[in-house]
Amino acid sequence: MSGKITKVSGPLVVADGLSDANISDVVRVGAQGLVGEVLTMTGDKASIQVYEETSGIGPGAEVVTTGSPLSVELGPGLLENIYDGIQRPLPEIRKISGSTIARGISVPALSREKKWEFTAKAEVGDNVSGGDILGTVQETPAVLHKIMVPPNVSGTVTELHSGEFTVADTIGYLETEDGEKVPLTLMQKWAVRVPRPYRRKFMPEKPLCSGQRIIDTCFPLAKGGTAAVPGPFGSGKTVVQHQLAKWSDVDIVVYIGCGERGNEMTDVLMEFPELTDPKTGEPLMKRTVLIANTSDMPVAAREASIYTGITIAEYYRDMGYDVAIIADSTSRWAEALREMSGRLEEMPGEEGYPAYLSSRLAQFYERAGVTECMGSDRRRGSLTAIGAVSPPGGDTSEPVSQATMRIVKVFWGLDSSLAYARHFPAINWLNSYSLYLDTLAPWYNETYGDGFMLSRSRAMSILQEEAELQEVVKLVGADSLSATDRVTLEVAKMLREDFLQQNAFDELDSYSSYEKQAALLALILSYEKYCREAVSGGLSDVQKLFGVDAREKIGRAKSVTQDKFASAYAEIDREMKLQIADAAGK
Amino acid sequence: MIREYKTITEVVSPLMVVSGVVGVTYDELAEIELPNGDVRRCRVLEVDGDTAVVQLFESAQGINLAESKVRFLGHPLELAVSGDMLGRVFSGMGSPIDGGPAIIPEERLDINGLPMNPAARDYPNEFIQTGISTIDGLNTLVRGQKLPIFSGSGLPHASLAAQIARQAKVLGGGADNFAVVFAAIGITFEESEYFVREFRRTGAIERSVIFSNLASDPAVERIATPRMALTAAEYLAFERDMHVLVILTDITNYAEALREISAAKKEVPGRRGYPGYLYTDLATMYERAGRRIGKAGSITMIPILTMPEDDKTHPIPDLTGYITEGQIILSRDLYRKGVLPPVDVLPSLSRLKDKGIGEGKTREDHSGTMNQLFAAYSSGKEAKELMTILGESALTPTDLLLAKFADEFEKQYVTQSTEENRSIEETLEIGWRLLSILPKSELKRIKPEIIEKYLPKT
Repeated sequence: MSGKITKVSGPLVVADGLSDANISDVVRVGAQGLVGEVLTMTGDKASIQVYEETSGIGPGAEVVTTGSPLSVELGPGLLENIYDGIQRPLPEIRKISGSTIARGISVPALSREKKWEFTAKAEVGDNVSGGDILGTVQETPAVLHKIMVPPNVSGTVTELHSGEFTVADTIGYLETEDGEKVPLTLMQKWAVRVPRPYRRKFMPEKPLCSGQRIIDTCFPLAKGGTAAVPGPFGSGKTVVQHQLAKWSDVDIVVYIGCGERGNEMTDVLMEFPELTDPKTGEPLMKRTVLIANTSDMPVAAREASIYTGITIAEYYRDMGYDVAIIADSTSRWAEALREMSGRLEEMPGEEGYPAYLSSRLAQFYERAGVTECMGSDRRRGSLTAIGAVSPPGGDTSEPVSQATMRIVKVFWGLDSSLAYARHFPAINWLNSYSLYLDTLAPWYNETYGDGFMLSRSRAMSILQEEAELQEVVKLVGADSLSATDRVTLEVAKMLREDFLQQNAFDELDSYSSYEKQAALLALILSYEKYCREAVSGGLSDVQKLFGVDAREKIGRAKSVTQDKFASAYAEIDREMKLQIADAAGK
Repeated sequence: MIREYKTITEVVSPLMVVSGVVGVTYDELAEIELPNGDVRRCRVLEVDGDTAVVQLFESAQGINLAESKVRFLGHPLELAVSGDMLGRVFSGMGSPIDGGPAIIPEERLDINGLPMNPAARDYPNEFIQTGISTIDGLNTLVRGQKLPIFSGSGLPHASLAAQIARQAKVLGGGADNFAVVFAAIGITFEESEYFVREFRRTGAIERSVIFSNLASDPAVERIATPRMALTAAEYLAFERDMHVLVILTDITNYAEALREISAAKKEVPGRRGYPGYLYTDLATMYERAGRRIGKAGSITMIPILTMPEDDKTHPIPDLTGYITEGQIILSRDLYRKGVLPPVDVLPSLSRLKDKGIGEGKTREDHSGTMNQLFAAYSSGKEAKELMTILGESALTPTDLLLAKFADEFEKQYVTQSTEENRSIEETLEIGWRLLSILPKSELKRIKPEIIEKYLPKT
């Protein structure tokens, strides 16, 4: 089925003679075969968004529909790869067109040459349905790839072989109830705009440990939850996202660079193979899939990149893994949506964004969750979605931030004034929040005892008190405060500098285990306790308390290694107790 | 096949509608020939059936609907490139205007370029010494970075950019394959001449390519000027293995030209009337900076923009900041105080610094002292604010030292003459000297063994 172009306006192309095409079908445009997708149909006229630059395309050029919607290939070979917004492998494109991306290149997403060692787990005669595991492939040393029956297929296995196969080879056959013989392969296809099915969803109950103190201790994210990181430029959004991609205790990370800098993707590509996953001991790249639609790449593919990413993430979730998808930045995705909407001459909503902006955002985040996967073994997987938001001028009253905040449960608000003072991560502890605290509390209490949550609330209230006291200090100076208040200020300063601040570029400080976080927080609070005791014992010159030697040691306590921190912190605590007692003159 | 039409049906500068066309494609270049023989260039913005909407690059004055002819050239706007471009001056549309001969092209390149494959990028990590402390020490520039200067009207961004262009060098690297591409985008003759003179004075003119669209030149031509410059830069960097420094000034004028066209097209405006695609449009220029795996050359870019009303949240600086790898912000307060160059170090940032500094690149103490200087200056400024309200007596002893530090920092570290070329060691030494004002216990950002080794003993 082919039609002819009648109009070209940037990435939007209108063609007639396409009465057979379906909405959302992928089409090939012009002699170069540029990839596009049908957005609307009027009679036999189709409006098409083209995922590549349309210069040189004019009326009369041919448009051919492929008859199927935008889909991704799912199978072994996804990990360690980097794709563009419509799942074309960028390293392969580089082999064809060099340093730049030429138009109309068509490369399969999964290599058709590479052979994988498949170990069959199902047996001939087994009755299987969608999601059941046929066998496994060791995709990378870190990840065992489970080959599943595609979601909408069921029947009896009539043939299944272990051995070396490419993703396109037939590994066996399945006979459906109607007697139809379905060939099985290592690869399956799935339309990106349709969420992959699961049996049911559960409430998220386990935290996602990111090794970042302000996140794990103050504003935790649950596995299967949703979070947003809004912030003006220069406030460290990307570093926060990279840290989450590096250290989250999940099995798979899908990182989408959506309309962001090319060098950031290069950074991930160069750094991740060098870093070791604390969980598996393998390079982090072995569990990572990258999707890159950098800001100079065509804008229409930006809209698709988010869906490409989350579909791949769902596929690994279906294997029963904990998956995190990190999208930097959803604002660029929304802008791509706005640009296409403008070209379609739709009536704009707020700030030119289409009226369906918030429903699209909600649909994206709703694909996250803890799920019981398809398949008879009732395994559970989780998909955690984290999106960066880049509000213009850092003002979160704009539509994308507002629509996102209505959906997500965790909000890590980045603050430029903190970034200017080089307080990183620049997450503002006063206006950030996590709505998972209640659902996660049982887990914390069970794992680390009641103390952890108590310490956390104590620390948060000290920080809150500090903000109020600062107002007073600005008017009358710190001298006029009572000794108790001055202790509060000092402890708050320690919490900010010695606990919340974390250097992503420091080898020892970049990742902090839960145990170490809890111990460090306890150490600071124990300093508070000794100081308060001294003050209530009648000490008035608080400066003496702040000058004790152990105080400086707390300042350096972050960089104590994981194997030594317990004894080192206990030692500091002991010294501190003596020194403070000494200062108080007892 | 060149097709010529006399069917202009509408001219609303800078747009023009031509009807009855066949075989015209999107983004194609066209020429209009006026009855008096003048030829002007334009490009196709939209084709709908047999109607083409065309955007003029020059003024519409004198176009006659009945007599003017439009020729579609079958290719997008191109720039003829060759190694002979060095030392030459071109108009904003790429024709020589220095009285010299036309360039004999080795290649004709589409000025829009192609997106760079992220998998083919090489991460920028080679330290460039600019000789300016606030940049080298705190907001380090690396080869292949795009680092804009956010300025305001009346601030000395031109002298800062010229100083960078003059002093920039890679430690231990040869300087012979270095080139400067300078694009004047809608700036005045005087400002443009300042740069040209500077290049001439230092001899850099031999290694420069200048594209000049002055304030008196057509505004719509500005859409093409930076892309012309970047196409020349790409050719020099990736075909001729040169290290190219691109200076684009002023991006604000570029964005205004874009807004003018968008308004003429009656598009739904985004913030402040700028088109919704301003981000994408700017990104397709800025992202052309960088390094490529397997290529010896590089493009380092310093775009300059003036922030309207010194407002960093204005769409132009805002969107630029989201794309570029940091920003150098100039401050009017510092300028008034006589601190020159008036670099406001706290909101300034270089995102790529961490990979370009440290042992083997600059010195092992660079990273720690950098963070410490930032933190101390920030607290020092807070202390000074407090001092203005409450007086000196209300400050703790540490706060007093911090306030003193902030003053000295502006005097000794930020301030430097336009001729002063500080080596990175000198910059680091000044930093240590300033840090010695503070008690040792305040130096939390620096490792104890580094403090031991470098802190001046008093």
